[in-house]
Amino acid sequence: MHMYEFMAEIFRNSFMQYALLACVLASIGCGVIGTYVVVKRIGFLAGGIAHSVLAGMGIAIFLQASPVTGAVIAALMSGVLIGWINLHLRQHEDILIAAFWSMGMAIGILFISRIPGYNIDLMSYLFGNILLVSKRDLYLMLMLDAVIVTLVFLFYRQFLATAFDEEFSRLRGLNVEFFYILLLCTVALTVVLLIQVVGLILVLALLILPAATAAQFAASILRMMLLAVVFSVVITVSGLLISYTPDLPSGSTIIVLAGGVYIVTLIAQNLIRKFREI
Amino acid sequence: MKYVIEIHNVSFAYTREPVLRDVSLVVPPGEFLGIIGPNGGGKSTLVKLILGLLRPHGGSIAVMGTEPHEASSRIGYVPQYPTFSRRDFPISVMDTVLLGRLGQDSHWSITYSGADRDIAREVMAAVEILDIAGRPIGSLSGGQLQRVLIARALACRPEILILDEPTANIDIRAEENIFAILKHRNDRMTVIVVSHDIAFISGYVNRVACLNQTLVCHATSEISGKTIEDLYGAPVKMIHHAH
Repeated sequence: MHMYEFMAEIFRNSFMQYALLACVLASIGCGVIGTYVVVKRIGFLAGGIAHSVLAGMGIAIFLQASPVTGAVIAALMSGVLIGWINLHLRQHEDILIAAFWSMGMAIGILFISRIPGYNIDLMSYLFGNILLVSKRDLYLMLMLDAVIVTLVFLFYRQFLATAFDEEFSRLRGLNVEFFYILLLCTVALTVVLLIQVVGLILVLALLILPAATAAQFAASILRMMLLAVVFSVVITVSGLLISYTPDLPSGSTIIVLAGGVYIVTLIAQNLIRKFREI
Repeated sequence: MKYVIEIHNVSFAYTREPVLRDVSLVVPPGEFLGIIGPNGGGKSTLVKLILGLLRPHGGSIAVMGTEPHEASSRIGYVPQYPTFSRRDFPISVMDTVLLGRLGQDSHWSITYSGADRDIAREVMAAVEILDIAGRPIGSLSGGQLQRVLIARALACRPEILILDEPTANIDIRAEENIFAILKHRNDRMTVIVVSHDIAFISGYVNRVACLNQTLVCHATSEISGKTIEDLYGAPVKMIHHAH
């Protein structure tokens, strides 16, 4: 099949159009919030939030409510709880994350197991199924993006200050705790956004890899965000197109591609540096 | 105001072992005070108490006549270099210095004002880093980064400037430059420098407080071998830097 025919076929299918739009919408949140996750080194905290989302989805499905609503509630709750416990009870962060990570999944599985014929849905929550994205999902994703971008626009300086130097920010009278928990809430919303594309198991990779790739080229947070959005669009769209003809799972294809791009840029950067030294 | 900092009988411990015992110290406005002492002697802890980041377990501290945490926005703080390990952070020199302007205006404005940028440029010129304003901090030398952190503290327009080991990890020449800058700024603000480098600091400061869990001395004149012995618990060879 020629490239042109392939593209024409892709754009004729409404489900492919939706899927491509979903890639772009997910990439916006992914690049913007992924940047903070990378510079603040809270990747595994984001992973904990992502996996605890299954509890919300499971309970929502059990109650015959919308799973996405359950996901949003669970993500925000675990974001606030992890942040609050971390600040006030002085637990070790890794233990806290492990607890949310595994308990969230366990609770989700318990509720889902009570529903007959659960296993089909479970796979698409865990690994995503971008071809099933509906118009309603796209509106939700647009809304999540709007909230995320607005928050970052309003509090750009405060997020920058607290990510860069918490102690100094506190001395300047910033409410460091508030901005920490607010940041975790935006991470939570981004996780829900990305679950639509790659499922909750693979969210962590999509949140981190495009931003980590961008970090190698960007000298400011704003540039890193813009670059990460661009990388993310390119990676998700290419991954989707690559997976289409051989009928590969799109989420996994996207993640392998994201990892590949990161590793290649990392090696290329090091080679360039070595070359310059010679 | 008679004293900008009043510390009365302050004690502090992180665990059972006390870090500070019964420390009393007053600092008049305009002083250039050096706090010296061995590692683990409680110097950084005393700074954190003055900044209001820690609360004393006994005794009282007043800064500008009020609670330390309420006065913290009037203090410029330059953190200890080794603890400042964010050199891979994607931020320019200018944006780092501008962080000193945060909290000065309304929290709700989205960008820095022109006046904020003017102040940032002025303090960068004062510490001679205006030419590297656009550089990412990851590309700077130790001395340059230290100046950026001093500029960030000066951008707060502080009444007190506190520096924790400002000359660790930089060479002697850069060290001298930094002290010259501080001396020059001293007519506008009280300056407190924490250091373990006894010989070097004494040439610049008005007074030295020697801290090893408790305040061993308050020398206004030359520090004698006896006080050094009291401070470190053993005779220490005084090393004079060749200037």
